[in-house]
Amino acid sequence: MDQNIAQIVAGLRTAFPDVAFSPQPLIDRSEDDAGAEQVFVRVPPDKIVEVMRFLHDDARCDFQQLASLTCVDYLDFPKARDRYAVVYTLVSPRLNHRMWVKCFVNDPDPAVPSVTGIWNAAEWTEREVFDLFGIRFSDHPDLRRIMTWDGFKAHPLRKDYPLRGHGEREDFTVVTDDSR
Amino acid sequence: MGTDTMTEARPTTMSLEEPGGDLWALNFGPQHPATHTTLRLVLELDGERVVACTPHIGYLHSGFEKLGEHLTYNQYVVVTDRMNYISPMANNIAWHHACEVLFNIELTPRCKVLRTILAELARIQDHLLCVGCTALDLGGFTAFLYGFADREDIYDLCEDICGARFTTSYTRVGGLMNDMPDGWPEKVKAFCRKLPKTLDDIVALLNRNRIFIERTKGIGYINHDDAINWGLTGPLARASGVRRDLRKDEPYLCYADNWDGSGSSGVDFKVPISHGGDVLARYLVRLEEMHQSLAIIAQLIDNIPAGPVNVLADDKQTLPDKREVYTSIEGLIHHFEQVMTNRGHTPPIGEAYGANETASGELGFYLVSDGGIMPYRVHCRAPSFINYQCFPKLVEGHQLSDVVAILGSLNIIAGELDR
Repeated sequence: MDQNIAQIVAGLRTAFPDVAFSPQPLIDRSEDDAGAEQVFVRVPPDKIVEVMRFLHDDARCDFQQLASLTCVDYLDFPKARDRYAVVYTLVSPRLNHRMWVKCFVNDPDPAVPSVTGIWNAAEWTEREVFDLFGIRFSDHPDLRRIMTWDGFKAHPLRKDYPLRGHGEREDFTVVTDDSR
Repeated sequence: MGTDTMTEARPTTMSLEEPGGDLWALNFGPQHPATHTTLRLVLELDGERVVACTPHIGYLHSGFEKLGEHLTYNQYVVVTDRMNYISPMANNIAWHHACEVLFNIELTPRCKVLRTILAELARIQDHLLCVGCTALDLGGFTAFLYGFADREDIYDLCEDICGARFTTSYTRVGGLMNDMPDGWPEKVKAFCRKLPKTLDDIVALLNRNRIFIERTKGIGYINHDDAINWGLTGPLARASGVRRDLRKDEPYLCYADNWDGSGSSGVDFKVPISHGGDVLARYLVRLEEMHQSLAIIAQLIDNIPAGPVNVLADDKQTLPDKREVYTSIEGLIHHFEQVMTNRGHTPPIGEAYGANETASGELGFYLVSDGGIMPYRVHCRAPSFINYQCFPKLVEGHQLSDVVAILGSLNIIAGELDR
């Protein structure tokens, strides 16, 4: 693991002794690639705001930028235990390092506290995840659908949503001479 | 799905019964020449002053991320053309950069040089449009036409190298669709000789133009810390004094030292920074970036290394040369093994993120692979989407006519915004 990231993880463990961060590379490679690894830590949903606040404020972490926020639905992923992971990509422009945070949630009510209080950049990205995956972000100031329309019922990026849709295209009202 | 309770939609209405009373609402877009793309703003105005702005997006949402789960790593490049359609080549390169991070492929030096040149041409292509549009939106048509004329030449260069002007789809996992044709470097050099003249013309028209300065200086200001907090990257962040460019900070291709494996240093260029934070600063940063891109191309174009563009065919990671496919049985078998749905080359199980510095900022792809020939999940970190969120903050308090100036300076491309 990269020196900077190892220090950050050590700092996290000191600040939150009761959270098992279990740092892991995003992809397992051979030993000689260890320096170039992309590392993620796991954070439970009830701790996410505190941990993110620490990562943002602490001088050694200094993650001033939330580069992206997305979600992965692990429904048919080999050996997956949890269904959804909200994935945060954190960047420190000053110290030039990057780390990933994953927050695993499950049905029936997948919900994660919002990090909009820390990064404004979370505002639309959380709305996008809410729209396309149906993850609810509590305390979000304006949690509306963003890509699909307001009356849309499904969450299209979930793995159980078929590529061709549930017939939304076919069920459009067709204007004919009779219906006028 | 049983998730109806979660989708309780709040209607996108606007209350006009605010205290003060005299506000009026203006619906701007979704089809309007000054939005350049398909997006809609609902503006609350006090006379001509913007009191509140609510952007509505999603008009071009086409499920690009869902499509990525049903296309192979090579097929998906076609979709990336349609994302930022102002500089499609940069998207191709960014997509396959992320794939190569996942597959752990080191490209050949020749491929790296060609990709770097094309990435810089794409940057020029994008900036020429954006700089031209900054003027166009303020009523200066000429600068826009100068920029557009030179964009044509870049389209010609794309056509020469891959056969398509617009939907290039030029990259492949571990290489390129084909090698460059003979004489292509000369055409690039001819373009590079011509472009500074165009840039000088644009500068002569705008930089000391009093109307242009008055309309752009101090408009749409965002400071250094806010720019980082809102997730801005690329020229927008650099115009607010953020010293960050992935080409320097997380170098890839020929921007990295030792890119050819024999100790060459990365290409030499400077990253322009401005502290203005306004529309004018963004214009000036883009203008200077084009000069830097020309400098990068000049360093590479005479020294394109010989050798293959694809990583070795023996590795069975890339598609074989078409001549091999048509003339030898081994080539044909190799090709079929790559394209058949029950074979193909498969990445390891895991996740990877790869990002490039494109003209509008950090274009990254987050890939999840379950070991199959198609990605399990594709997430596109689209700069237009992230950059556009701060728009209401930028326009509030400004005049209605400044809205188009700020919108143009953000360089929002709806294909990438809505994906």
